[in-house]
Order: sequence, then structure tokens, then C-alpha cells
Amino acid sequence: MNTLRDTAAVTGVGETRYTRGTEKSALRLTLEASLAAIRDAGLTPPDIDGIVAYASGAVVAEDLLTNFGCEDFRFSATTPMGGASAVAALQCASMAVSTGVATHVLIPLGRDGYSGARINRRVGQMRQFRVVSEFEAPVGANAPAQYYAPMARRHMELYGTTSEQFAEVALTMRRHAALNDNALMRTPITVADHHASRMIADPFRLLDCCLESDGGAAVVVSGAERATDMAQPPILLSGMGVGHPDSPSAITQRPDMTRLGLAKAAPRVFEMAGVTPDDIDVAEIYDCFTYTVICQLEDLGFCAKGEGGAFVEGGRIGLGGALPTNTHGGLLSQAHVAGLNHVVELVRQLRGETGARQVDGAEVGLVTGYGDLGDGSIAIMRRQ
Amino acid sequence: MTQRDRDTPLPVPTAESRPYWNGLRAHRLVLQRCAACKRPRHYPRPMCAACFSLDHEWFAASEQGLVHSWTVCHHAFHRGFRSETPYVLLTVDLTDGVRMVAPLVEADASRLSIGLPVVLDYQDVNEEITMPRFRIHERDE
Ligand SMILES: [Zn+2]
Repeated sequence: MNTLRDTAAVTGVGETRYTRGTEKSALRLTLEASLAAIRDAGLTPPDIDGIVAYASGAVVAEDLLTNFGCEDFRFSATTPMGGASAVAALQCASMAVSTGVATHVLIPLGRDGYSGARINRRVGQMRQFRVVSEFEAPVGANAPAQYYAPMARRHMELYGTTSEQFAEVALTMRRHAALNDNALMRTPITVADHHASRMIADPFRLLDCCLESDGGAAVVVSGAERATDMAQPPILLSGMGVGHPDSPSAITQRPDMTRLGLAKAAPRVFEMAGVTPDDIDVAEIYDCFTYTVICQLEDLGFCAKGEGGAFVEGGRIGLGGALPTNTHGGLLSQAHVAGLNHVVELVRQLRGETGARQVDGAEVGLVTGYGDLGDGSIAIMRRQ
Repeated sequence: MTQRDRDTPLPVPTAESRPYWNGLRAHRLVLQRCAACKRPRHYPRPMCAACFSLDHEWFAASEQGLVHSWTVCHHAFHRGFRSETPYVLLTVDLTDGVRMVAPLVEADASRLSIGLPVVLDYQDVNEEITMPRFRIHERDE
């Protein structure tokens, strides 16, 4: 059967410094990160002939073309899935380079999420929130914390998941961030700190919620054959997929609100890659909230539905554990670049260039995206 | 509280949803269902996902429901709700088979559990808009 398995590779990655406060525009941040990724790949900007731009962002492909001086640009797309967009873009870019539509596709993402419009203003402008805006915003559901809290509460009531288990996720991300000099939140926290942080939307406390930050990340995707003689060891894209939950536009109407779109994509993606959850050496899981990590670990098949809380206990998702997760600190403690920072981190882990936070012998890894009320995306990568 | 004190976002009824909002305005729960297979649906939309009929009708639905989940909002993400925190938002399984999200009249979440019976209540916001809310269904009702 004809699949995308190992037909494309990530050949370049780049990031800006992450900050909370910037004078730079989202476009400037996007260009800085893009230039870093393009140079990392051993290319120059005009070599880029395809772009998958962030559908929920301020920057469009034309903005980059103008600055790059691209003369023979061939492929432009977006993957409008909110926080699942960046990983979905890997699938989109792979389709372009493996079919010869483009040679080097850039996935750029820059945002001034701290200094510009904050999340409560951003969601009101997104078309995919039209239904929620009419029926749920007027009763007081105005931001993701309030949309997702009932999912977490139901999981707690049905399965006995606890706030201590949420704290375990937050503490682990913070410990990893302490090993990353480009992470924003590096001061260690305790379970007591977690429980003392103010309640935002019960059961989510402040330390269950991701950061808002300024910065950019970018990756370059090239055909697998072409990748063998580029600047970096190629990191092959072995399995990719996306999934939408039932009732994708309204969590309220979803038959099972503890099951995400990721659950539909996961079996397809593992099959495409020819691996099982046991083969995954390192995982970068979209962590807009602590609970979201627990739920995705279940939907990915690392444990059964309802067992995610127990799964994250005992150091299992920390460095040295069975499934080191969000080794960069994640959205919770590194920065929020809509999960493209998770892609960058996985590539660096598989190259073996992450220093103090390196997972020994990491050969196969997984990254997820989550967004727009439950859409999911997955990529499984491996070192060639 | 009257709308004069409130600055909360208000719904903008569409051709598709207006009978629902008109129902609330009259203190009745009016929901949409498929005219062909009679399957109820919420939120209002053009097509039945079971039989793909584009014909729909409206019916007077039961105001009873059971708690499906909830959150207690301590942080207001919209300035209009700052004076209301903490407030409880319920997700409710209505008797007719669809769900609804609306505030609980009381701010106390300590009595909540999955399956707790609640009943719909109405809050007039201004001359056009009435918002739904729930109260716990007391045993002697
Ligand atoms: Zn029908």
C-alpha cells in the first residue's frame, strides 16, 4: 500500500528566545525562527518553495515570500485545527514533498500571545468558535479553561482522577524546563504550590494552565531522499494523522467528552509507522492544560481510558521514566508556540542534541497537537 | 441583576436559531428536531446527521435534565462576568436527549454530582434576550 511512511523528513528546526513581553511583531518573530530553521537545514530562504502557515495566526505565507525573495514558490496551505495545526502541518508538508509538488516546505509559527491579544479575545475572532460564541459565551464560557474544565471534571467523577495527578504533570514539566535555558518558567514547584495556586475554572488551578508567551518556532520538511545529503541527520516522519472528535464544534454535545479526536487518529498513525506505544522513547504531548496530557495518553493507547491519572504518577513521564514527556517543559513551563515548540524538541531529542535533558538512546518519538475544542494530530518520527 | 448592571456578551440569533431564542424569551424550551426521522438536535443546524434531511421542525421540550458535568468559574475571562464570580456552569443531559450548558442559580457546587436532577429556569436579560439557567430539582417539587 502507498503511504506517507518515511517519505519525508524534518531537515531543519529553529526557535527564537521565548519571552513574556516583546516589542517585536508576530511577523518579525516568525521570520527570526524561520531563518534559524532554514540555516539549520543548510538552506537559504529562496530554497523554500512551500509554506504551511498557521491558520489561527496573524502571518500568511505571502508575508514570508516578500521577505525571503522566493522566486519559484509552489505550495501554500493551512491546517486550521487550532493547537493541532502545527503537527497536522507535518502531514500536509509530507504530502507536498513526497509527491514532488514542493522540495522544501517551511512550517513557521510566531506569536505575540503575551504582548498582543490574549486568548479570551483571540477565540472570539475564530470562525470555528461560531457556535460556542452564540450559545456558550453568553452564559459565561469565554475561554478554553472554561470549555475544557467540564471534560476534566467528568473524567475525575467517572474515573477518580485527582488534582494531585494534575499536579504531577505540572511538576514534571517544570522540572524539565529547569534543564532548558530557553524555557520561561524554571523555578521548581511543589504539589503544595500547585494546590495553593488560584482557582481559574475548577478543577483547573493557575498551575494547570499553559503560559501565554511571545516567540517563534519553525521547521523545514524535505523529501526523505533529498534529506540524506543535507546539513543535519534526517529525522524521518514515519506516521502522521489527524482526527476530529464527535461534535467537533461543541464539547457540550459530544457523546463522550473524555474522548478526543486523537483517539481516532492514533491507531492509524501507529499502523502507518509500524510501531506500538511500547516503542516510543520520548513523547511531546500538547499540554494546554495538565488534564489534556492525561486524556491524550489514554487516547494514544499508552493506557486504558480512565487510567491516565495513575499513569503519570511515580515519575513515569519524567526524564528517566518509562515515557519521558515534554522534555522541553511544554506549554506549561517552556512557552506557548501552539505546539510547534514540541515538534522542534522532538527533532532535537532524536538528533541527540538536547544536552542535560537528553533522553538516552532516543530513536523513536511521538508528538501531538490538540486544539479547537478537541481536534487532534500526531506525528511519529524516527532517527534514520 | 438587570442588564443595566451587566456587560456580558449577548447572543445574536440567526435565521437558524431564532425559534430557540424566541422560545426562551417566552419562558419555554423550544428545540429543533429532524422533520423526517424526528431526532432532536442542539445546537440548531441545517442538516440531520442521521438521515441527512434538510427539513426540520421545532418542538416544546422538557425542562428537566440531569447533570452531566460542571465547572466553577473563579476567573472571569470576560469583564461582564467579573461581578458574578464564582459562578457554576452546568452541562446538562436534557430529558429529550441533547445537552445544554447554562449557569446554576446558586454558586455552591458542593451538592453537585453526575446525574443530579436539575430543572431549567429563565433569566430575562433585556427586552429581546432571555438566558437559560438551571436550579437543582428539589425532592418535593
Ligand atoms: Zn433525520
